[in-house]
Amino acid sequence: MSAGHHHRLHLPGDSVVHRLPPQCKLLAVLAFAIVVVATPRERFWAFAAYAVLLGAVAAAARVPAGHIARRMVIEVPFVLFAVLIPVIGLGERVSVLGLSLSVEGLWAAWNILAKATLGVVASILLAATTEPRVILLGAQRLRLPDLLVQIAMFMLRYMDVILDEMRRMRVARESRGFEARNARHIPVIARSAGALFIRSYERGERVHLAMLSRGYTGRMPIMADMTASTAQWATALALPAGAFAVLGLSLAGLG
Amino acid sequence: MNSLAPVNSLEVSRLAYAYPDGTQALFGVDLSIARGERVALLGPNGAGKTTLVMHLNGILTAGHGTVTVAGTPVRKDTLKEVRQRVGLVFQDPDDQLFMPTVRDDVAFGPANAGLRGAELDRVVTAALERVGMLDAIDRPPHHLSFGQRRRVAVATVLAMEPEILVLDEPSSNLDPAARRELAEILRSLDVTVLMVTHDLPYALELCERSLILSGGVIAADGPTRKLLSDAELLAEHRLELPYGFTIPAV
Amino acid sequence: MHVPDGFFNVVTSISAGAVAAAGVAVCLRGARRELDDRTAPMAGLVAAFIFAVQMLNFPVAAGTSGHLLGGALAAILVGPYTGVLCMTVVLLVQAVFFADGGLTALGVNVTIMGLVTVLAGWAVFRVVTGFARGKGGVTAAAFLAALISVPASALVFTLLFWIGGTAPISVGAVAAAMGGVHLLIGIGEGVITAVTVGAVLAVRPDLVYGARGLAKPLVLRGADGESTPVGAPEPAAAPAGGRLKPFLLGGVGVTLLLAGLVSFVASPDPDGLEAVAENQGFGEQAGEHAFGGWALADYGEVGGIPVGIAGVIGVGLVLLIAGAVAFAARSRDGVRA
Repeated sequence: MSAGHHHRLHLPGDSVVHRLPPQCKLLAVLAFAIVVVATPRERFWAFAAYAVLLGAVAAAARVPAGHIARRMVIEVPFVLFAVLIPVIGLGERVSVLGLSLSVEGLWAAWNILAKATLGVVASILLAATTEPRVILLGAQRLRLPDLLVQIAMFMLRYMDVILDEMRRMRVARESRGFEARNARHIPVIARSAGALFIRSYERGERVHLAMLSRGYTGRMPIMADMTASTAQWATALALPAGAFAVLGLSLAGLG
Repeated sequence: MNSLAPVNSLEVSRLAYAYPDGTQALFGVDLSIARGERVALLGPNGAGKTTLVMHLNGILTAGHGTVTVAGTPVRKDTLKEVRQRVGLVFQDPDDQLFMPTVRDDVAFGPANAGLRGAELDRVVTAALERVGMLDAIDRPPHHLSFGQRRRVAVATVLAMEPEILVLDEPSSNLDPAARRELAEILRSLDVTVLMVTHDLPYALELCERSLILSGGVIAADGPTRKLLSDAELLAEHRLELPYGFTIPAV
Repeated sequence: MHVPDGFFNVVTSISAGAVAAAGVAVCLRGARRELDDRTAPMAGLVAAFIFAVQMLNFPVAAGTSGHLLGGALAAILVGPYTGVLCMTVVLLVQAVFFADGGLTALGVNVTIMGLVTVLAGWAVFRVVTGFARGKGGVTAAAFLAALISVPASALVFTLLFWIGGTAPISVGAVAAAMGGVHLLIGIGEGVITAVTVGAVLAVRPDLVYGARGLAKPLVLRGADGESTPVGAPEPAAAPAGGRLKPFLLGGVGVTLLLAGLVSFVASPDPDGLEAVAENQGFGEQAGEHAFGGWALADYGEVGGIPVGIAGVIGVGLVLLIAGAVAFAARSRDGVRA
């Protein structure tokens, strides 16, 4: 069980970035990621400029570099993959430190690493400056289907409850001397998973009953509605707009 | 006890029910509770207590028999009305507190009933005040202690101004202080209460009258003090007073 | 493993996003029909469950471990529509709240880990349970469904990679590597799914979608202990037996559409992969790889087959193999049930 996987990204604060309405931030990050992905990989300085833009956002939001760095661990599997590409890649080869590497593979590795890293950092900044439930309200404003928003809301509310139950079951297993070491232990883990499913499902039923008991008829009452001013939109979209300008310049200058 | 009330808060007759998997839990339950009464429903595990509770606001539909709340029979077409009148407090507050903040949670019921804006705020504040949890209004439920969560769960139900409050094992998992605080809150409320429990001293402390549900039927009905002093009756239904506990003389 | 930003080109990312959105829209309607107003809390809790079991590492072979994808498991336990919604929300939450999986790659991730695992798993499950009934049949079907769902997901990943991947690796190599590793993981996924489903079947058979028991008539018990039966309750909703064909057709349709449409859209845009192939004498290089000699593995150009059609043929092949495996399982399960 990777304990670090679900650690909280949100950093409470009161910066300009924290105060922006969630729908603006969501759209800004998405637009930024699209611009990054669309940038030709040969435009090195454009990627450097994107990184500077993200650095500026992090500074404005007062998110410490360490917080971002810790979370970037999520990238590791793909970093490993990217390192492999030049070795197994096709095409013309160059010799680097005695290793025969594919030129095209090196380009591809750079491309994936640069874009994935910029995307991850942008997402971390979003999650760090916005409370999870507020992000969901923003997604709702952006016309994500209500039902998906509600499912995500219930998932977020009960994630910790269920992870706790799972942890208790593991403690119960281990306190009786069980530790999963090889494939023969899979059935034991799977039976715990079955028990966990029953608990989750039954809790879902009880939550539904609790909702019914308080007059739920299939629609969540809308209790918080947030609107964004033009100024707030302008502030949030400064990030992707900056990135887009960089992209335009790089294409015009070098293309 | 309350001869002024024209209708009983709750009336259950010949109620039987089986779960979809075929297990039958209730075999013909009869009971009535007058307005303003505080009644304990006692019974061993698996007696059908929770199943009975689920019928009181139409979450489960009677396989046979009827449930009437303040004169209104529980049917598909009366569900909305019945659910506002019967306030169910679940055993696990995590089941009941499903919204991201305490405020949203307490507001859920009244908002479904159509309240909005200042009126909604007033109801939410009042309900949280009655359970002493107003300070926690903007906190997420999962950051509260168990006892605090149970009190907020009571508030979510009080906000709907119910005719009868139904509590499922209200004292379970509470430390002694939280247990006493909840008892004080329950005593201060001016509503009919049906308390489902196997915490016999708690029943004695809070309820004049008790019912024993066993094997899916009501096996005994009378003053709590009298039922709890009948050792044979208790033993027959797998009920036990805690070690060293004696019923104080009248 | 969640695909990050930059792994696929923009056209592929957006096309996969469109496919994912369409699939999710269909499932939103379907789940509403199945669960009614219970959809939000039930799917939310099951999503939290899937999120939790995805963290369960299971040992695969000496020293390595895999983790559950959970698509087939979700489909069998709560039905395909709700299953897709749960997987989608898990991926959404992982991308937005944990920065796990790129925002622009969300469509790709939902398609390969949500839609494909659920569709493939459910199709196999329905086919097998059509032959083998009873608890043994359900468990065996769960194993096969989960086993096939993982390489199916890997194959669609390979397909997308062929269309719009940004790394210069021969598709044959990707297919061989992805297929091999994921077949191994698939066995783990199959075992864990089958035992999980079996464990739920043993305790709460009514919770396993499509394997719900029938209710017995009610009995009234008097104070004297005498029992009298009363009218039978309404039968529980019938399991979704008759809906196999439309569902399978839908699944095949979506997959073909995905393969054909996306490759058609993407093919006029020669990306790194194709450019390299043209410039560097691809056939020679690819010959070293396991599938390199196959017409299909080489972009469909070597064999003179256009990319889009090659995609459709590939999907057809996958379906054929899945069907053959299910058919082979038939006799074995028939004995067991």
